[in-house]
Amino acid sequence: MTLDLLDRRLLFVTGKGGVGKSTVAAGLALLASERGKRTLVCEVDAKGGLGGFFEVPRTGFDPTEVTPRLFAMTMDTEASLKEYLSLQLKLPLVARVGPLARTFDFVANAAPGVKEILTVGKLAWEVVEEHYDLVVVDSVASGHIVGQLAAPKGINELVSVGLVRNQTAWMLDVLEDPARTGVVVVAAPEEMPVNETIELAGRLRAETEVDLAAVVVNRVLPELFGRGEEELFEALRTPERAATLAEAVAGDVAPILDAAELAVTLRRTRAGHLQTLRAALTDVDMLYLPEIFARSAGLRFTRQVAEALDEELS
Amino acid sequence: MARAPRGDAGDIRTLQQLLSAKEIVISCGSGGVGKTTTAAALGAMAAAHLGGKVLVLTVDPARRLANALGLERFGNTETRVEASAFTEAGVEPRGELWAAMLDTKQSWDDLVVRHAPDDATREAILANSIYANISGRFVQSHDYIAMERLHEIHTSGRYDLIVVDTPPTRNAIDFLDAPERMAEFFSSRLLRWLTAPAKNRVLSMASKPFYRVADNILGSQFLEDIAEFFGLFQTMAPGFVERSAAVTATLSDRRTTFLVVSTLEAAPVHEAEFFIEALEERRLHLGAVVLNKVLPSYLRRTAATGVARRLVAQADELAATVGDDLEAPPERVADVLRDVGESFLNYQVIASREQEQRTELARTPDVVATVPYFESDIADLAGLLRLGDALWR
Repeated sequence: MTLDLLDRRLLFVTGKGGVGKSTVAAGLALLASERGKRTLVCEVDAKGGLGGFFEVPRTGFDPTEVTPRLFAMTMDTEASLKEYLSLQLKLPLVARVGPLARTFDFVANAAPGVKEILTVGKLAWEVVEEHYDLVVVDSVASGHIVGQLAAPKGINELVSVGLVRNQTAWMLDVLEDPARTGVVVVAAPEEMPVNETIELAGRLRAETEVDLAAVVVNRVLPELFGRGEEELFEALRTPERAATLAEAVAGDVAPILDAAELAVTLRRTRAGHLQTLRAALTDVDMLYLPEIFARSAGLRFTRQVAEALDEELS
Repeated sequence: MARAPRGDAGDIRTLQQLLSAKEIVISCGSGGVGKTTTAAALGAMAAAHLGGKVLVLTVDPARRLANALGLERFGNTETRVEASAFTEAGVEPRGELWAAMLDTKQSWDDLVVRHAPDDATREAILANSIYANISGRFVQSHDYIAMERLHEIHTSGRYDLIVVDTPPTRNAIDFLDAPERMAEFFSSRLLRWLTAPAKNRVLSMASKPFYRVADNILGSQFLEDIAEFFGLFQTMAPGFVERSAAVTATLSDRRTTFLVVSTLEAAPVHEAEFFIEALEERRLHLGAVVLNKVLPSYLRRTAATGVARRLVAQADELAATVGDDLEAPPERVADVLRDVGESFLNYQVIASREQEQRTELARTPDVVATVPYFESDIADLAGLLRLGDALWR
């Protein structure tokens, strides 16, 4: 695969809830940092789960180095506004923005796209300032990502003059440059995630100018049996042979045989959905991540994900 | 009304009892855990076995529910699922099943039509570009409108039971607070300022640094546009505030209950716990936790672990014993035995991880329903009823 995924500067990782969006974002970021890139990973949905992937406490708006060259942060639009005001406007009232936070909240909710701009703007700014080689965003779920990515364009159209317009112009430069910015959609080989991925790919192209860099299919199950082995397995499942086996192994083999059948069925169902996805998105780079049978989602697990991604990307 | 008698709150141990005691059931949880399907399955079961008129109200933009219910398409209008669809699925329904999907834009327009003081204001709002943005593009508006529509349908008295699938929110809490936030917004200082005559605004701008900042950031033209929009919108404020209060009351009514749906993976469980706490804080009723896509319990048997390990370790000897009458070389039989053993041990890792998550979630509610991993996806009413059956008792 000749994918230049990690050579971009800003990757938005999205996907339907539950498919492993954060896992992929953490894995991509860890891989990039291990390849020598100074990397920032930012969670946008403030659920506080990002730290768990690196076994550090909850991350905040100020990035912390979680492993060598890898920095993690959590987006906070209010902090982003404060930072923006002090950096861009040189306004001496940063301290006084605090009490106005509630009011700000109303502005953010009322004026369409303000929160989205503060999020996307902060991340694009890190790219422009070259603080990092790569910024990986554990972004909002697929239902919201188009709204977030389209916000600068939307605001740009709504606002004809003023600071906001100038601000959105440089953001759009970053976002709409496929050499710098890309969206990574994470899918699981199940019916709904596959449908949603196909739909999202269409919407990204129709409603934004942001490049769809890759689709990562998570939790691909290994083929349990090789050619001809499934017939052998069926033969071993007959009551007589199962009984012989149980006797030989001195224990109940029924749960083990049932589990193998479950694994085969799950694999087969998922393969069908994978086929649908591939057929619908022939022109998008696709990466496959195997189901990782790990005990928990700590740093060891994140490393396994990074290794699997490394194989797919080399 | 042909509904089962209401159970005493203390007696509720199954979803069947819960559904026969409540009028509104709100299905929540993080994305991808099966909220929509759970809501549809419960609605179908209630219509089939409890009787009365049951509505499943979904906000999921993927039209999966429509397909499963055999409806071509359904929008804001409530559509009945033909009784024949039940008969075909082998069930004689006692009641009626209806379904509707939330069309956010349409619902906002309806709301404006209802609350606008006159035709001119109504038309001006509907034509305003900021209104179009808020009602169509920005996701936060789903939250309020979903609760608003639920309230509207409930007070109409058209249904005995409404099962609602909640919007895919960034944060599941948002929609609980949406009505109050809406009310708060209409009485906010910001709105008063925005809608003040321009001259006053300039005055206050000079004195209040925040407004200078707002003006700096947003530009005065945009502020003017916003001001026009909110000026128009404020004419509807009294209606909105009153309405928001009523919607909030619906959520905390004793006839309303919440279902928290989750799979047993770390992230959804984390979110489910967070949501359960949010319900408690707001004194909203948590009726049940529904655990979805749970791996079969035989995977957790400890005795099987040893057996699986022996299958892997002694594959060659075992193959010689069991495979002597098979027309295959013994090393292939041994491969199969090893694969089977290893696969079991792999799945056991996941099953025991699930068990830990389950213990966490099962602490709070009276009812915990478990749904096994269905081997195929649900595509029709029969599938929904099969799922419902697994949930019901």
